[in-house]
Amino acid sequence: MIRYVARRLVYMLAALFIIVSVTFFISKALPGNPFSNPKLSPQIREQLFEKYGLDEPLYVQYAKYMANVAQGDLGNSYYFEGRSVSQLILQRLPVSAFIGIQAVIFGLVIGMVLGIVAALWHNTVWDTLAVVVAILGVSVPTFVLAPMLQYWLGLKLGWFPIAFFESWIYSVLPSLTLSVFVISTVARFMRTEMLEVMGQDYITLAKAKGISGLGVIVKHVLRNAMIPLVTVLAPLTIYIIVGSLVVEQIFAVPGIGEQFVQSVFVNDYAMILGTTIFFSVLFILALFIQDIMYGIIDPRIRVAGAKE
Amino acid sequence: MNDDNILEVRDLQVSFSTYAGEIQAVRSVTFDLRRGETLAIVGESGSGKSVTAKSIMRLNPEANTIVRGGEILFGQEDLLKLGEKQMQDIRGPKIAMVFQDPMTSLDPTMKVGRQITESLKKHLGMSGREASRRAVELLRLVGIPNAEQRVKQYPHQFSGGMRQRVVIAIALACEPQILIADEPTTALDVTIQAQILDLLRELQEKIGTSVILITHDLGVVASVADRIAVMYAGKIVETGTVRETFYDPQMPYTWGLLASIPLPTADRSRDLIPIPGSPPDMSDPPEGCPFAARCPYVMRICSTEFPEYTTFSAEHKAACWLHHPMAPNVEPPAQVGGAR
Amino acid sequence: METRYRELDPSLFESADIDAYEGERIAGPPVGFWRDAWIRLKKNRGALVSLAVLVLVFAVAFVIGPLISSHSPYAQDLSQRYLGPTSKFWFGTDKFGRDMWTRVWAGTRVSLYIGLLAALMDIFVGVVYGAVSGFLGGRVDDVLQRGIEILNGIPYLVVAILAMIVFDPGIITISIAIGLTGWTYMARIVRGRMLQLKDQEFTLASRSLGASGFRLVWKHLIPNSLGLIVINLMFTIPAAIFAEAFLSFIGLGIQVPEASLGSLISDGAAELRFHPYLLWLPSLVFCLLMICFNLFGDGLRDALDPKMRK
Repeated sequence: MIRYVARRLVYMLAALFIIVSVTFFISKALPGNPFSNPKLSPQIREQLFEKYGLDEPLYVQYAKYMANVAQGDLGNSYYFEGRSVSQLILQRLPVSAFIGIQAVIFGLVIGMVLGIVAALWHNTVWDTLAVVVAILGVSVPTFVLAPMLQYWLGLKLGWFPIAFFESWIYSVLPSLTLSVFVISTVARFMRTEMLEVMGQDYITLAKAKGISGLGVIVKHVLRNAMIPLVTVLAPLTIYIIVGSLVVEQIFAVPGIGEQFVQSVFVNDYAMILGTTIFFSVLFILALFIQDIMYGIIDPRIRVAGAKE
Repeated sequence: MNDDNILEVRDLQVSFSTYAGEIQAVRSVTFDLRRGETLAIVGESGSGKSVTAKSIMRLNPEANTIVRGGEILFGQEDLLKLGEKQMQDIRGPKIAMVFQDPMTSLDPTMKVGRQITESLKKHLGMSGREASRRAVELLRLVGIPNAEQRVKQYPHQFSGGMRQRVVIAIALACEPQILIADEPTTALDVTIQAQILDLLRELQEKIGTSVILITHDLGVVASVADRIAVMYAGKIVETGTVRETFYDPQMPYTWGLLASIPLPTADRSRDLIPIPGSPPDMSDPPEGCPFAARCPYVMRICSTEFPEYTTFSAEHKAACWLHHPMAPNVEPPAQVGGAR
Repeated sequence: METRYRELDPSLFESADIDAYEGERIAGPPVGFWRDAWIRLKKNRGALVSLAVLVLVFAVAFVIGPLISSHSPYAQDLSQRYLGPTSKFWFGTDKFGRDMWTRVWAGTRVSLYIGLLAALMDIFVGVVYGAVSGFLGGRVDDVLQRGIEILNGIPYLVVAILAMIVFDPGIITISIAIGLTGWTYMARIVRGRMLQLKDQEFTLASRSLGASGFRLVWKHLIPNSLGLIVINLMFTIPAAIFAEAFLSFIGLGIQVPEASLGSLISDGAAELRFHPYLLWLPSLVFCLLMICFNLFGDGLRDALDPKMRK
């Protein structure tokens, strides 16, 4: 078990290392530099270069960069004069996190229920319905769904505000939009897992013991089916991150995603790369946590097999 | 129901509806299980023996199983007519089952002890503590060393043979009257096989359970069974005590089965005779005797009508037209009945 | 004990000829693996409909569309701006007066190109990597797997974004950007299959008949993995199309005057308030593609799943 955790940790760090290095080299490969404004005199440009350390040899810059990142310093934004990237990100984090986590929790609950119902009433109307809903959910992308929800629930019915973020109710539409995909993915997954488990020998054996239908489902089917559910954690995280870019744009929510898109627009490379690193860290962390959780929940990994 | 019998199956007919049509897995099967005996049901894959076993416990997949007819009499009841709740009261304490593959028969995420106590608590109303103690006892009973530690372990921590012992422990936890063992040793090594069979016999004597043993291995039958029923293509073609059937088989299929077993003591000049051909298509079963297409003694009547049963002794019956007085006299091949 | 016998016609007890073939007849007509899968697939109406729709979409996008329409996707005519669907402009026009029907299908072509290119990358890199890793096993496998574990830790959309920042947007570059880390899933699956197949008896049999490594892989192992590969493709293509749409949406995808479904949707979203058809139409085609690929992929997976065979 310890070995398992240690291995995962190493992979996590290796992935992080690569990503950060890649972003560094990309930043060097980017066309133009932040100070290409022709109005700047050469002397001032030189001064600025020195100030930002852009005149030093590449490997030195690399080393410094890696050291900085390790300490959480992602440099300063080129657009917002002198403001640190990390600070800007952290400032916007609560909003994005709130919408994202709300979407995931809501989606998980509804998705699981839907998936369980579909599996238990396999090959009936409910099953088909659930599958259809799930397929629609994964096929309609956020950037189509969001405007649609905005239009119907926001403008036409007037139930929810469609822009900005003043209080909880402003988070409803954004979270709802994001949760659709979560619901669909979780439902499909849960259904598949449950059907697979229900076909296993040990379920028949449980029935042969005279355990009631409900007992078999709760004590055996659900437990076994939910274990792999942990593996959706990472893909969902990535989805939320990526989805937030779209959703925050459309609903004009002041979150990290919106900031990112803005920075792409204004070529604020420090911001772009810094946010990219942040996203990667989130994802890699989610993967790591997922792996660890899986190791804990599944007794086959948690407890090493000691055969006779 | 006859007092000597603990279970009576009468004219059982079970089919499955699949995308390829209706498959008639069991086409009129009739047999009795006497108290305290071990009855072996023998047949090739697809002969319907597993389906028969599962039908007794009503464990066939609900969605596509059709019971076309018959009765299964247990005590005062016809098991086929009972509701699900009533069946749940029977499964476990009255009739229990052991499956073929020990690697997949146990819930991988539940401790072994709990899988035993689950049954004890539900059917015998034991408290947690009593049940745990009993679980440890049961594990000891089936020959698992260090039972006290083992009871808290997970299935993947046991070897195949050990797992099968656990499955047996679970089955016998409530001391059922009938134990159905569906190919319990097929997935195990030969040495382990012997151990498990010994264990079954031992436990049967201790607890007094009647056993239905499903197998395709005649060697297994010879070592543990009292009576045997030979199944082919959904029907029983011969039944009798093991002694009678092995020494004096009366049906060409049984001859074929016995002749195709390699015996370590046999003289080398004796050829192994495999039975040519394969079992018929159960979605379109043939009229008449299902073995007709592969039988070296086939007569015209064999393809038109299923033979009537001929009785040779109190227990020994076979269904074959060769026993009709109008049929020619036929000797079973020399290879059959090795101890004649 | 006596049994009673019925009186029967003696001729019935004559020896009958056994049809030797009858005995050897294997129950049921022999059905090859692919045929069996096809039969099962045909039963899944959703999958069939999806397949039909996909074929239709391809046909319209690549063949029929360009033949029918008389407009160019780039021709602007400011006097015809923002027309809703009319008889002259079947899908209406956009803010530059361009015919939406042509634009939408042009965009569909672009999106499909990208999806297919990314899928191709998937096959070449993913299948080869996975096959090598699985087949050779041992140290090689270990090392290659480590590589994948690490690559997996890098979110593929992030890589795509980064790539697009560096490269100039174009169909090829976008496809590469999307395919850069997407192939790892395919590699995993193929490797898993290789490991499975390696252990199976037919491999052993083939080997004992003298088959060399390459021949083994090419003639036996890969064909047996085709099912899995095809299924995976059915999901990679829509994922790639989705990724492209996403990139376009945040401005890193296809640039004007070219169009892809993603850029069209992005433009349409901005006009939602007053000209919703600019959003609905490309969205419809997009969603249709997604749904059909997914449904068909699901159906294919069910049909090829050996566990479902009776």
